[in-house]
Amino acid sequence: MNVFDIAALNLWYGNFQALKEVSLAAADAEITALIGPSGCGKSTLLKTLNRMNDLIPGCRISGDARLRGQDIYTELPVNELRRRVGMVFQKPNPFPMSVYDNIAFGPRAHGIKSRLALDETVEKTLRAAAIWDEVKDRLRKSALGLSGGQQQRLCIARALAVTPEALLLDEPTSALDPISTGKIEELLLTLKKDYCIIIVTHNMQQATRISDKTAFFLLGEMIEYDHTKKIFSLPRDKRTEDYVTGRFG
Amino acid sequence: MKYKRMTSESVMRAVFFLTALVSVLAVLLISLFLLVNGLPALAKIGLFDFLLGREWSPSDAPPLFGILPMIAGSFYVTATALIVGAPVGLLAAVFLARVCPPRLYRVLKPGVNLLAGIPSVVYGYFGMAALVPHLGASILSAGILLGVMILPTVATIAESALRSVPEPYYEGALALGAGHYHSVFRVVVPAARSGILAAAVLGVGRAVGETMAVIMVAGNQPRLPHSIFQGVRTMTANIVIEMGYAAELHREALIATGVVLFVFILLINLCFSALNRSSR
Amino acid sequence: MKISFQKNNRKFSEIFLGALTWGAALLMCAVLIYIVGFIVWRGAPYLKPSLFSPVYNSVNVSLLPALVSTVYMTVFALALALPFGLGAAVYLAEYARRGRKVVRMIRLATETLAGIPSIIHGLFGMLFFVTYLGWGFSLLAGVFTLTVMILPLIMRASEEALLATPDSYREGAFALGAGKLRVVFRIVLPAAAPGVLAGVILAVGRIVGETAALIYTAGTVAQMPFAETGPPLVDVFSSVRTLSVHMYALTREGLHTNEGFATAATLLIVVIAVNAAAARLAGRVGRNGA
Repeated sequence: MNVFDIAALNLWYGNFQALKEVSLAAADAEITALIGPSGCGKSTLLKTLNRMNDLIPGCRISGDARLRGQDIYTELPVNELRRRVGMVFQKPNPFPMSVYDNIAFGPRAHGIKSRLALDETVEKTLRAAAIWDEVKDRLRKSALGLSGGQQQRLCIARALAVTPEALLLDEPTSALDPISTGKIEELLLTLKKDYCIIIVTHNMQQATRISDKTAFFLLGEMIEYDHTKKIFSLPRDKRTEDYVTGRFG
Repeated sequence: MKYKRMTSESVMRAVFFLTALVSVLAVLLISLFLLVNGLPALAKIGLFDFLLGREWSPSDAPPLFGILPMIAGSFYVTATALIVGAPVGLLAAVFLARVCPPRLYRVLKPGVNLLAGIPSVVYGYFGMAALVPHLGASILSAGILLGVMILPTVATIAESALRSVPEPYYEGALALGAGHYHSVFRVVVPAARSGILAAAVLGVGRAVGETMAVIMVAGNQPRLPHSIFQGVRTMTANIVIEMGYAAELHREALIATGVVLFVFILLINLCFSALNRSSR
Repeated sequence: MKISFQKNNRKFSEIFLGALTWGAALLMCAVLIYIVGFIVWRGAPYLKPSLFSPVYNSVNVSLLPALVSTVYMTVFALALALPFGLGAAVYLAEYARRGRKVVRMIRLATETLAGIPSIIHGLFGMLFFVTYLGWGFSLLAGVFTLTVMILPLIMRASEEALLATPDSYREGAFALGAGKLRVVFRIVLPAAAPGVLAGVILAVGRIVGETAALIYTAGTVAQMPFAETGPPLVDVFSSVRTLSVHMYALTREGLHTNEGFATAATLLIVVIAVNAAAARLAGRVGRNGA
């Protein structure tokens, strides 16, 4: 069964239409990459999947978006949806509190109070995000003291702590150095087994390295959606070919 | 569980909203109580006799309640304060925004804040002992003291107005070969003029409303002065000095003085917000 | 010939304008140092132990009852103004839609409240709390008057601090499925705490220095505010004077000018300490915000 099913999705910011009739399905144990030039709507689509667009005034939506068959906008309470669909942002955004409290914030928000359960979750998710060894001795220190790459892996761990089913990543490595980027890509490939992952990226190599499927967006339209290999070797659409070969514009 | 969470969210939203309404309620109550207690006196004395009467002698028979001397007193004292405080305040703002080396700024800025934070009574003591022996209890003493008191207000507001002028203005002037100070005074200062004017207006508001320091140095004679070396009484001083023993119409007349002062302050604040808005 | 003349002229104006701005800054510093120095110089010699004796009489003119009353007044007024000011700031920064009529009204009211001089606050306090509610000249009437006075100050400082917390914190918390309240109380408010505290400290300075708003609300009785059962319980309906009111009362009597200056020096030192604390905090806020 697909994790996400999106059909004929339209989205407007005021009078500006940011998404036009987008249809896309994403399954478990798969990484889907969204690519396209800036302002093409790929980040907008990502934010629709956990309703972060709600925070933007003047945002309207039509069409169908489902998480495991349930309508994202009508059938699921928004906080429940966001628990099940984790998100990692372009710039690492740890909260100004300790490493431990950063991870525990989500579980606490969803009613887990037991110290034991929290301790366990913190260790488990930090291990899953491959950062446990680096921070285990400084769990009580401020997360703002970590390096950029560590902060981003902490944010991934933080998202995992509420046991989501899907992970949305909005250009998660664009603010990081190549070594940190490598670590995060490696991490995503490990996490793929258990999660449906959707990643927005500007980096073509990154898309080919880690994703199974790729969707190419242009001016709010999804031009092409297929297996990554296919998109980068034998695209059906001329515009896709121009973009992936760097001839666009 | 879910239902409970939703309601606590909306209850707290309502609570925050209500706390935000407290300031609206306070302004309404202040206006209401001043008007209800002050307007009867205006009716009994007559608006013109009250505002333009040249005699304030509450213990005469019949008593006279003309506050023109106090309005004039507030005006003269404020005007002097503006002449003393505004130019220095503006120049200091230019210094803080455009000239001051960062190291010096870290000392100077808290100094300006301290100058704004010194209590009125302490200023009053200073004025009593340092100004009055030389200049008498007079408009001049009160004006100079108030000028110092509004200096940090003017400097702070004008500084932020100067800082909000886009950098290219200044760079553009420099690129034309103008010197540093020339660029600042001919380009940056005029570009910030409505903000600077707002600073002066706020200074006026401070000076008109100031009470304790003025009482201690202005002499407090309720008369129309002939020179700045004479003592005067301001509207604020009138209220504080006589409220302690006033009764009946006298007391109402003092509250009415407060109403007049309140109206002046509202007008000044209106000017300030209008100027502030146009500077953004 | 003409060109060189203009050059000299321009050079002259640069020097002249430079001297003017530096002069103004120097003048401002000199005035500050002169005032602080003058007060301390006049007051320090009279800072005698008798000035701090627990009971006031007309011989020792002790400032201790006034000091204790000031502390209570400050604590109570803050305890009232902080929840309301903070709540209002949270509404404005986190909930309110910009441009709504109510929001514009709240902003206008807050601006107006901030511009009202303390004597008007005092008049209102006298008419409303003292007379209309029948509290008499009392600690309580003084506290409420001060609360109204410092409310806009705390609101503005808190709102600025809230707006200065990065949106990425809010986004991150919402993305984890946290409710709005949790985001406000666990993420935004803790991050804004130093800025709120700086506003509180400024409010303390304002309260400690206040006179005109208190003479006809809290009255001018020079006694400890304690209830008959003794400290630390307080009789909120007893009339008290704060340090600033105490100083004003001393000038009215005209007999204890020297003790007045000693009190002024004490008050000034308190204010300088308060300002220094606010400046340090503000510095920390600035660094965090960057």
